[in-house]
Amino acid sequence: MTTLTTAPRPAGSRVAGLGHYQPPTVVTNADIIARGVETSDEWIQSRVGIAERRFAMDETMLDMAEAASSKALANSGIAATDIDLVILATCTSEQQVPGGAATLASRLGIAAPGAYDLNAACAGFVYGLTSASNAIIAGQARNVLVVGSEKLTDYVDLFDRSTGIIFADGAGAAVVTVSDSARIGPVVWGSDGDNADAIVTDPVSVTLRQEGQTVFRWATSTMGGVAARACAAAGIEPSDLAGFVPHQANLRIIDLVAKRLGAANAVVARDIVTSGNTSSASIPLALSKMLERGEIGSGTPVLLVGFGAGLTYAAQVILAP
Amino acid sequence: MASTEEILAGLAEILNEVADVAPEDVSVEKSFTDDLDVDSLSMVEVAMAAEEKFGVKIPDEELPKLKTVGDAVSYIESNPS
Repeated sequence: MTTLTTAPRPAGSRVAGLGHYQPPTVVTNADIIARGVETSDEWIQSRVGIAERRFAMDETMLDMAEAASSKALANSGIAATDIDLVILATCTSEQQVPGGAATLASRLGIAAPGAYDLNAACAGFVYGLTSASNAIIAGQARNVLVVGSEKLTDYVDLFDRSTGIIFADGAGAAVVTVSDSARIGPVVWGSDGDNADAIVTDPVSVTLRQEGQTVFRWATSTMGGVAARACAAAGIEPSDLAGFVPHQANLRIIDLVAKRLGAANAVVARDIVTSGNTSSASIPLALSKMLERGEIGSGTPVLLVGFGAGLTYAAQVILAP
Repeated sequence: MASTEEILAGLAEILNEVADVAPEDVSVEKSFTDDLDVDSLSMVEVAMAAEEKFGVKIPDEELPKLKTVGDAVSYIESNPS
C-alpha cells in the first residue's frame, strides 16, 4: 500500500508579536447626536459602554490591515519575506472576488504565501489564530500572519440604534510562528445556526441588523462556560489568567462574562469604551494595546473569546509574546 | 408551584441582584422601565434569572409585553414548568 510523506512537525506554536491600527478620526457620542441620531450619551454609555469610536474616512479595510500587519511584523522580529501563510479575517471585504489576503501579502512584500480570507464575523480573529496554529503544528507553515480588519461603517446605518452607535473601524494583527513548546492552547469553538437571524446584513440595503436582546442573552448565558472550557483545555485555572480579552461587543456582556468566569487576577479588556465594536479586529486591537501599555507580562496566560454573527464562537488561551 | 407572594419575592431578589432595585420598591403595579429603571438588557437578565428560579421559559419576544412587575408575575403563574 502506498503511503504519503508528511511534513515534519514542531512541538508547538506561539504568538511572536501583535500590532494594531485605528483611523485618526474620533467620533464621540456627542458627534453621533450632532449628526441627528436620536439618542443620548447616557443611553449609549449605559447600554453598550461606548464613549467614542473611530471611523475610517480615507482608509480602506485593506489599508488598515496593512498598517496593523506592518506593526505586528516589526514587533515579532520576523521578516515579511519569511511569512509563508496569510489569513485575513474580515466580514467587510471591499469585493466579493478576489479575497483580500493575497493583495495584502503583495502590499507587504510577502512573496507567494498561502493566502485566504476567513469570515467568522466577530469570532474571526480567534478562528484565524487557531487556523494559523494548526497549520504550524501540522508542519504546513512556519510563520503565519493573522489579521482581523473591518470597515464596518460601510455596512452600518448610523440611525439604527442597535448598530449605528456600536460598530466602528480598525485592525489588529498577529504573527504566529513555530515554538519548542505549546504557547497557543487548544481552541474551544462552535456555532449556533438556529440563531443565524440574530445578526445579518440586509439583502437589499446591505446594512447590518442585530437583535440586541437575542445576542445579549446568548452571549451572557453561554460565553462564560466556553471561556471556562478553553481554560480547562489549556490546563490552567481562570484565576491564573493575567489577561482576559473577550470580543468587544458590549461592556455589559464583557463584565457579566468576566464575572461568571471568575478571572480574579486578570486585566479585562475594556477597549470598547474608546474603540467601539470592530468585529474581527476587536480582540487583536485590544490585546495589542494592552501589551503596548505593559498591562500583561510576557509569557503569562491570556484568554481570548470571540463570538458573533453566525452565530459563531471560539476561545483559546495563549501565552503573551 | 410557587405562590403569587413567593414569585413576587423571588422577582424582588432578582431585580436587586441584576439592577440594584431596593426590594421594598418592588410591587405589582410598578413599571420595570418607568418606575424601577430596568432597561431592555437588564430585562433579559431578569428573564434568564427568572427562568432558572421558576422553571419557566420567557422568550425575548415576550419581554416587551411584560411592562409591570404584575405582568411578569402573571406570566410566570400562567406558564408553569
